[in-house]
Formats: sequence, structure tokens, C-alpha cells
Amino acid sequence: MATPSKAVPLLFRPLPRGSRLLKHILLIGFGLVMLYPLLWMVSSSLKPEELIFREPGLWPSTFTLENYSDGWTSLKHTFGFYLWNSAVITGLSVAANLIACSLAAYAFARLNFPLKKLWFAVMLGSIMLPHHVTVVPQYIVFSKLDWINTIWPLIVPKFLATDAFFIFLMVQFIRTLPRELDEAASIDGAGYWRVFLQVILPLCTPALATTGIFTFIWTWNDFFSQNLYLTNSDNLTVAVALRQFLDSSGESSWGPMFAMSIVSLGPIFGFFLAGQKYLIRGMATTGLK
Amino acid sequence: MSDSIAVTPAPRRAHAKPPGARRAKPVNAHKRREARTAYLFLAPWFLGLLVITVGPILASLYLSFTDFNMLETAKWIGLDNYAKMFTEDTRFLTSLKVTTIYVVVSVPLQLAFALGLALALDRGLRGLSFYRSIYYLPSLLGGSVAIAILWRKLFGSDGLVNALLDVFGIQGAGWVSDPNTALGTLILLHVWTFGAPMVIFLAGLRQIPQSYYEAAQVDGAGKLRQFRSITLPLLTPIIFFNLVLEVIKSFQSFTQSFIVSSGTGGPVDSTLFYTLYLYLKGFKSYDMGYAAAMAWVLLLIIAGLTGVNFLASKYWVFYGDTK
Repeated sequence: MATPSKAVPLLFRPLPRGSRLLKHILLIGFGLVMLYPLLWMVSSSLKPEELIFREPGLWPSTFTLENYSDGWTSLKHTFGFYLWNSAVITGLSVAANLIACSLAAYAFARLNFPLKKLWFAVMLGSIMLPHHVTVVPQYIVFSKLDWINTIWPLIVPKFLATDAFFIFLMVQFIRTLPRELDEAASIDGAGYWRVFLQVILPLCTPALATTGIFTFIWTWNDFFSQNLYLTNSDNLTVAVALRQFLDSSGESSWGPMFAMSIVSLGPIFGFFLAGQKYLIRGMATTGLK
Repeated sequence: MSDSIAVTPAPRRAHAKPPGARRAKPVNAHKRREARTAYLFLAPWFLGLLVITVGPILASLYLSFTDFNMLETAKWIGLDNYAKMFTEDTRFLTSLKVTTIYVVVSVPLQLAFALGLALALDRGLRGLSFYRSIYYLPSLLGGSVAIAILWRKLFGSDGLVNALLDVFGIQGAGWVSDPNTALGTLILLHVWTFGAPMVIFLAGLRQIPQSYYEAAQVDGAGKLRQFRSITLPLLTPIIFFNLVLEVIKSFQSFTQSFIVSSGTGGPVDSTLFYTLYLYLKGFKSYDMGYAAAMAWVLLLIIAGLTGVNFLASKYWVFYGDTK
């Protein structure tokens, strides 16, 4: 145990120089293979149509933005319209999850009430519940309410904290906060609501960020519900519009379709870059008990 | 609702009881207030549980015993829907087979990649967070329509894969239009999203105390032995967690097969995922009783798989004293 290198276990001791380099080459190579399809899609969207499938390479021999301008206008509305629809639904979903899930999480993490264990178990169980089990009756009710082709079926459930995964995530986080903080605040005369709003919520920022980013990405990507409830060509979201694109243009206009696919992935990529710390921490903390 | 529950006497536990607080009355009043507040905080969730989750599950159970198309009133037909599924409806059995193959092949492969790369991204590796980001990115994008479109084109008869094969003089097939390979492309797409379980594995590896490795090293254990006797057993709870999660998730895959097959499950039903068939039955043929029955079978399958997973976990998951 005398030499410093002994403190580092064998498995984690730096490899000899040569094999360390080899390892990096392998990891980068593998990363390139993983990302190649994405990079190819980006490069294809910048190539003239007829070159897309003739050049498997990444660097386009001719640059053009034509695919983007074509794709932007080739459906009934401009693509910006669909982006806006997606943004509205996604924004409201994020707000809904932040409010409803943090309320429930505070109660589960900090308050005592009868049947708490039972309800907590029910909440955990509902995370595992397949959405398809409830979708048929939900659809019937929403259509009775005349909510088909409105945004309500997509956001009302979120305001009712049905994304229980995020309740769990926040409960896990709040449990790590020292209770002395709550107690100090309540000795100072703060009620539950003030403790929640002024002590817990501000400290929960990382968990709220994780919730917000995941909700954003999952809602933006969601195809099943949006395809089910939005069928009128005047209220499509990006996901459904892309699908229409595929149906209307068949196998012909891949350039514009790739271009709009890239545009649709843009916001996710942006949130990924901005919030990867929270994404990775969120994944990690819910994965461990 | 919250009121009637709030007055039930004496909740079991109150926390941090100061010694002077024995006098029953103020404590009870305090407890009652706390319970009432808790139920207020939980009110949206309770409402959602009732009208979005439990209500529809029960309604779904009822509908599964009926013939219902949304226009006429539901007609009670007993177990006919279930009987039809397993005796007459070959497409149902096909969808079950396709989904099972998909889950059984893609989940272990995905987890193997996830574990392998998590191990490769050792502590202290330079550029670790860079690699982690690169490998994680596909799992964020993988569920989107855009990536499904890309996949369809990658493996199309004139797609990128064939263009690359062409460089080596190999004549590729139309991967998505050939019933023998179409499902394989979807499996590959699922494996491609190994980043999410990988991140969970990485976090799990960080939890293993370094001292275990030091002790093993003192005892002369080699790298392989350390992996087999320390890393792997201590990681089994995480492997188990990922397994349960990915099985549940992949059994419900929808978007990929919908986009790649233009909503048909083709070619020749080779990518007809369970949920896609459920969707076609319920929302294309409006055979909603049948779709509800399929939904209940799905629930039972997933509950069954999770149950089996938990039972089997006794034999291979190691819950040590690390907690």
C-alpha cells in the first residue's frame, strides 16, 4: 500500500500508453459508427436530391439549401406552423408536469397521511402500466367530450400528474434534502404551502430541470398520442406532419424529408446540449434506488 | 374526498415527536391538518388516477367482453374476443410472435452493449463525459419519427447500407422490404439506443467501493476474476432494473414499426408489433371491444413478464450489504 499507484485498483489503473491510445481510437471509431447515420442524414439534407444515394460519403460535393426551402413549404402549412403546434403542446406539458408532479412529490416525500404507503405503491405501479391499456376508453371519453382534434387529450392528463415517473424522480430528490430546513422554516411560522414554495421548490431545481427536459423530449417525440388525437391537417404537430410527408411524397422526395427531419430533431438536440448534466443525473438517480 | 379521509382518527405515525407533545388533542389536530394538506397536494394526482388511469382500466375490462364500434351500444359477448384471439386470429398470433422475437433478441443485445461500454468508460478515462454524451444521444432521438424515417432510408434498397456494401462489391437486399430482414432493422434500431441503460450502468459502477478492488488485488485476484467476483455480482441489481424496464418498454414499441412499414406492419406482417395491431384494430377498424381485450392481454403479459423477472431475480440478483 506504500506506492500511490497501489491505491488505484487494478481495473482502473491507467493502461500503458500504447493501449490507452488504442482504447481511445476504438471508442471514437465506435462513436463514429453510431453517429454515422445521423451525420449522413445531415449531409444528405444538404445535397441535391439526385446525389443522396449515389454518395455514401459525408462531405457533399455540391452544397444546396434547396431541400430546406422545399421541405418547409411542401405540406399544406409551412413547417413553422407544425413546429409552433408542437411547441405549444410541449410547453404546456412541461408546465403541467412541473406543477402537478412536484405537488404530489412533496406530499409523498414530506407529509404523513393515512394510507401513504398504499398510495405510494399505487403510484409506483402506475409507472409500469402500459399506456395502451387505458387508451381505448380514454379515446371514447375524449371523443364524447368532443376533444378529438384539440390539444386537451394531450395535456389535461399531464395536469393530473399521470406521468408518475416524474413524481418518483422528485420524491427521490426531495428525500435527500435535509429536513432541518423544513423544520426551521415552520418554526419561523411558515405553513406547508410556504415550505413547499419557498424552501423545497427552490432546492429542487435540478430535479425540476430533469423533469422539464425529459418531458420536453418525450412529448416532442411522442407519435402515438398525437397521431391518434390530431388528425385534422390544420392542427398537426411535427411528428404527425413528418408522417404525412412520408405518405404524401412516398419514395420520391427524400431530400426535403431529411431536411425537415433534421429541423424536427433540432430542439431535442438543443435541449440535450443545454441540459445533459440534468438528463444524465436524472437517469442515474432513478436507476439507483 | 379529502375531508372524509382527513377525519379518520390517528394516522399511524407522526415524525419527530417532541417529548412534551404527548397530550393527544393538539397532536391529533396537527396530524389531521397535515393529512388534509397532503391530500390537497395530491388532489390532481388522485383525480388523474381516477379518471385517466383506474377508470379507463376498468372500462377497458368491461369493453373487452363486448362488441363495440363507438356507433352502436356495446353488445355483451362474454369471452368471445379472447377466444377469437387465440384460436382464429392468426394476425394476432403473428403480432405476438413478432413482438416476442423483438423483445427477446433486442433487449439482451442492447443491455450487453450498454454494459460493455459502461465498463469501457472507466473512472478517470480522459474524455469520459464526451464519450458518454455521444453514446447517449441516440437513445434520446431513437423514438422520434425523424429517426424512423432515416432508418427506413438507411435500409431501403437504394439506401446507405447498400451503397456502403456496394463499395465492397456486395449486392445488398431491400432490407426493409424483405420480410426476412425487416424486423432485424428494427432490432438494430433498438440496440442503437443502448445509451440510456449505459448511463444507469455507469452510475451503478460508481457505487462499487474502490476498497473491494484493493482487497481483491491484495489477495492476488486478476482483472477477469475481479470482474466476475466483484463488478458483476454488485451490478446485478442494476442489470435487473434495466432488464425489467427495457422489457416493459420494448414490448410497447410502436412508432418505429408504424413508420418503417407505413402503418401496415408489413412486409407480410413481419414488423406487426403488438401495439400496432392493437391500434389498427381499435382505431382503423373501430373494433374497440377487441382492442380492449388485446390491451388487457398486453397488461397481463407485461405483469407476467415482470413477475417472472422478479421471481427469477432471486436466483441471480445479489443484494449485498451495500444497500
